[in-house]
Amino acid sequence: MFAYIVRRLALMLVTLVGISIVIFFLLRIVPGNIVDILFAAAGYVDPADKANLQRELGIDQPLVVQYLHWISGLLHGDLGYSYVSEKPALDEILPRIPITARLAALALLFSASVGIPLGVISAVYQGSRLDYFLRVVSLSGLSLPSFWLGLLILMASVSLFGSIPIFNPNPQTFGEMFSTYVLPSIAVGFRSSALTMRITRSSMLEVLRQDYIRTARAKGASEASVNFQHALKNAILPVITVVGIEAAFLIGGLIVTETVFNIPGVARFLVEAIRWRDYPIVQNLVMFIALIVVLANFTVDMLYAVVDPRIRYTD
Amino acid sequence: MVTINYDAELRRAGASATHGWRRLAFLAQRHVLGAVGLVIMVLFVLAALFADLICRYDPLTVDSAHALLHPDARHWMGTDSFGRDVWSRIIHGARISLAVGIGSTALGGSIGVIIGLTSGYLSGWVDLVFQRVTDILQALPLLVLALVMTAALGPSLPNVIIAIAIPLIPVVSRVIRANTLALREQPFVEAAKSIGMSEMRIALRHVLPNTLAPLIVLATAQLGSTILTEASLSFLGLGIPEPYPSWGRMLSESAAEYVRVAPWLVIFPGVAISLAVFGTNLFGDALRDILDPRQRG
Repeated sequence: MFAYIVRRLALMLVTLVGISIVIFFLLRIVPGNIVDILFAAAGYVDPADKANLQRELGIDQPLVVQYLHWISGLLHGDLGYSYVSEKPALDEILPRIPITARLAALALLFSASVGIPLGVISAVYQGSRLDYFLRVVSLSGLSLPSFWLGLLILMASVSLFGSIPIFNPNPQTFGEMFSTYVLPSIAVGFRSSALTMRITRSSMLEVLRQDYIRTARAKGASEASVNFQHALKNAILPVITVVGIEAAFLIGGLIVTETVFNIPGVARFLVEAIRWRDYPIVQNLVMFIALIVVLANFTVDMLYAVVDPRIRYTD
Repeated sequence: MVTINYDAELRRAGASATHGWRRLAFLAQRHVLGAVGLVIMVLFVLAALFADLICRYDPLTVDSAHALLHPDARHWMGTDSFGRDVWSRIIHGARISLAVGIGSTALGGSIGVIIGLTSGYLSGWVDLVFQRVTDILQALPLLVLALVMTAALGPSLPNVIIAIAIPLIPVVSRVIRANTLALREQPFVEAAKSIGMSEMRIALRHVLPNTLAPLIVLATAQLGSTILTEASLSFLGLGIPEPYPSWGRMLSESAAEYVRVAPWLVIFPGVAISLAVFGTNLFGDALRDILDPRQRG
């Protein structure tokens, strides 16, 4: 087990270094940097001014030197400065994280609490009209773009309350909290609740076919006890994987939803930084996202061994 | 006494439906939802092919005298803030979604197949290197990687296709590699080896055709997500540039404004995206059940 963890951690490090190289050079393969953009807008420029600014930002040095500079900064907790606001990147990124984290947590909660029960129901009533209906609903959940769902929610709130919910960083009343966090989190979580339902359903179907379920029925266990205590307990494993990995991949939905609802979170910040070519922000945010994905994968694998005692990582 | 009508039983099991239209009709009866998906997909392709015949108005012509018109008999879906006909833009938008969907699935799929096949068949250090590269690509969510790619390449149709194709490569190569690893141990591969077939020929003639079924299933499943990703990129203003009628672009950020004043500008493009993706998802599910019954959900 210990050897396995060490090996996994080493592989995670390789992946993260790989991502840092890919992102750094990808952002710089196009000709034209922030200085060119700034000066292009200004019309005629003094080449000396331009060279000065380039030196100031450190982008006159060879790419490899710039890369090493970034990485050594990262290791010391220095993420560089935003090109746009000229503030330290860390100060720009950190305050935005809790907003997005709260949204993501609520979205996951929504996805699990809707997806798992519906998946169980769908599997228990396999082939019925209800099952058909739930499957079509879940498939449509995978087909709706989350930004459109967000827009529909906005539309509904206009017709119900006559206004669009405005983001409030410190919601005081329940109503404010609902419109600030819960509504957007439904737009984000709807898709993954559909995914959770599908996985729960197919995993339950697999388990319900097994012999020990028949045994449980034969000894007179109630339907609820068979479905939830015997079957779901064993069917939940693949669901954990999906929910765990979805947790990291929610970012796609968060990016568009924060844009729709005008929420100043870290996901919308990535899009803004990309638009402004604010590379110090973009590369650090991408590294942060990659770190979360890698950690989520690792946590899911470890959780596996806890939930299912048959799984031991010996290799 | 119960008599069994063997002919009727056999017909019900599809024994007479061995090929051609009969087979298709039989499958459509069995997989009603898949048939619905196929119909949606066909309509979608027809709209893209005959967009110019279907629409009365040009999707790009600006007519500010007729901006933000409500849907009526002349403009079925109203007009946008530039006075362009929304119905016409949605029908023409099918072209962009289709081009991105097919283009990026084909590009990402073929590179994924080459990598998966080489990786699984050669194993050793080639496999190790490819595995680490796929790890790297898979550690970034599809939309994030596509965003960074379009930022690096610049917004245009070919660049959007490339940006969405690259995140698909690891998804495809993983499946093809796993299949290749299993197939490599099969007796027929050993037989081919023993009669002196070259490795290249074995990989292309014996292993590749056997990975076709999972590949088709995977490609159809990915088609929907490529359409969604294009819509998201264009929605964020980093995908297909104006004035091209991309469904995502039609819903761009100003949409939050239109929610109040022109709801038709929000509803119709969203319905178009959802319907197209829904169709490919329904069809993809049925295709999986038919071609790859082990994965049946």
